[in-house]
Amino acid sequence: MTSQPDAGGHFGPYGGRYVPEVLMAPIEELEAAYLAARQDPAFQSELADLLRNYAGRPTPLYFARHLTEALGGARIWLKREDLLHTGAHKINNCLGQALLARRMGKRRIIAETGAGQHGVATATVCALLGFECVVYMGEVDMRRQRLNVFRMRMLGAKVQGVSGGSATLKDAISEAMRDWVTNVGETYYLLGSALGSHPYPMMVRDFHKIIGEEARRQILDAEGRLPDTLIACVGGGSNAIGLFHAFIPDSAVELVGVEAGGRGNALGEHAARFRGGAPGVLQGAYSYLLQDEHGQIALTHSVSAGLDYAMIGPEHAWLRDRNRAQYVAASDTEALDAARRLSRIEGILPALESAHAVAEAIKRAPAAKGKIFIVNLSGRGDKDIDIYREKFPELDQQ
Amino acid sequence: MTCPAMTRIGRLFLSLKRESQKGLIAFLTAGDPTPLRTPALVAAMVRGGADLIELGVPFSDPVADGPVIQRSGERALKAGTTMATVLGIARQIRATSDVPLLLFTYLNPVLRYGLERLATDAAAAGIDGCLLTDASVEEAETYVEAMHRHGLDTVFLAAPTSTPQRIKLVAQYSTGFVYLVSRTGVTGVQDSLSASVAPLVQAVRAATLLPLAVGFGISTPAHVAELGRQVEAVVVGSAFVRLIERNADNPALETQLEAFTRELKSGFGASA
Repeated sequence: MTSQPDAGGHFGPYGGRYVPEVLMAPIEELEAAYLAARQDPAFQSELADLLRNYAGRPTPLYFARHLTEALGGARIWLKREDLLHTGAHKINNCLGQALLARRMGKRRIIAETGAGQHGVATATVCALLGFECVVYMGEVDMRRQRLNVFRMRMLGAKVQGVSGGSATLKDAISEAMRDWVTNVGETYYLLGSALGSHPYPMMVRDFHKIIGEEARRQILDAEGRLPDTLIACVGGGSNAIGLFHAFIPDSAVELVGVEAGGRGNALGEHAARFRGGAPGVLQGAYSYLLQDEHGQIALTHSVSAGLDYAMIGPEHAWLRDRNRAQYVAASDTEALDAARRLSRIEGILPALESAHAVAEAIKRAPAAKGKIFIVNLSGRGDKDIDIYREKFPELDQQ
Repeated sequence: MTCPAMTRIGRLFLSLKRESQKGLIAFLTAGDPTPLRTPALVAAMVRGGADLIELGVPFSDPVADGPVIQRSGERALKAGTTMATVLGIARQIRATSDVPLLLFTYLNPVLRYGLERLATDAAAAGIDGCLLTDASVEEAETYVEAMHRHGLDTVFLAAPTSTPQRIKLVAQYSTGFVYLVSRTGVTGVQDSLSASVAPLVQAVRAATLLPLAVGFGISTPAHVAELGRQVEAVVVGSAFVRLIERNADNPALETQLEAFTRELKSGFGASA
């Protein structure tokens, strides 16, 4: 099995291009520029150099001995994207797209951000390559990820708060799209997940697929065989598709995406699109979407800002339809417990997003003796310290 | 592709042409401030001289709209407006008026209601056509076929950024008229109109014989006059919606809306 979109950007029925006509020509221009860059050895070698010497690739594949022993089942390996420059996998995509923007002659880059990791990575590459940078961020997210707001500003980006709707990632994307519609000639929209109109889901996936390519080599070196299960958290789904992609043809390797189960099963209490969502169109793509009976987009909840989004990336919907990947959910509480446990026994403080993947590994491992798991540790938890402090008040009183 | 029989929209443009007149197209969000109020607001616009009404169906995430129409959608949703509500409003308008009605919305509420079901119910309610902001022509085939089967027009947008290739597709999928976007950007009022309209008008004329309407950023009789020289109709949206927003509690709102419509329409006189 392979996983490539058709010429119109469709993964099966999902994906496509659903944007206002004003954006269609820029999107066609972007697609053409990307397809040319993808074939260009000079582009690829500049990107490879930056990934290695600026971002810090390859990232280690670390055997989590203590977690493995504590759970007494599967051997658990962590793909350490959290060790990358800026603290998460997001930099892979930002470097790729920023080089593309330079190649296209753009001078201004805009982006949306939820947890702030994509915003920080975008601000970073804009500082590096000399772009003007505006990052749209929901005001709710600005409050819960204050540290990242400051980091972006220190890197020279303008952080534009968005108060409409739920004031989270979805609204930040809408506002970035409105900026793009208005400033279409000079502006490059650096979308941060495997979402939106074609070519974004394919392009963002391509810039992250190095995660799985490295992990595949590393696990073969370390264990002498392929893993049994890959586990990654899924908001839009960029770190998950990055890990999964190189393994899609390996049909014996189980792919598990972990959505945000939030604090309950009712619409509005979670961001698990495969639990109560239905296919629909939002912000450029057709995919599984949390919506009400009238087609209005539902509010979502997750303790993790990076997973708090109503739609899942179209390639994930297609992988699920074909039973190539399965999607489960971890609750806020499970993710918080997993973060605390990993910190305590491995000395690794994960991002709240990545903690959802760790939570699923903790659930599955005891019954999986003899199996090998790779968990994508997509980001580090420094940005989440305010939330961890609020949730673990007893640690402040010691 | 099958072409629908001529709708009230097609007949409107024929009669405008016969009488050497230009058309004023008025947008409002159905259900803003309340669904109960919309038929009276539409009636006021028609009395003031609006030739065609765009009934906006509110959507929670309107990426192509500026703050004025975003807020009106939020008010309409808060007032409980759904697709079914808007179809009910259309039936009420149709009971007393023959003004052409165009549904104006985003794809997701339409998909959720069901394409075939919407086409059937909209035709029965006296709606004449549909414009979906985020339905690119590449993704529109099923939608267009469903609408045309039920005799509804499908209007698409052409933008200053559209390539000749795209304009050809837009013209091919549009019936009734083609809606030209005056400038890049979201909906909203502005002081002066972009010089990009004239080349766009020329490019679309080369691709179709359909009537053309221009919208986005049109808010004064002077704008209407300027554009009336180039196209068959102009669309005013945010300026109406802003007036409704500022006067929602004012019993004189209908009178003001009628007067503002008349004032805008007078712009065409200046362009003759």
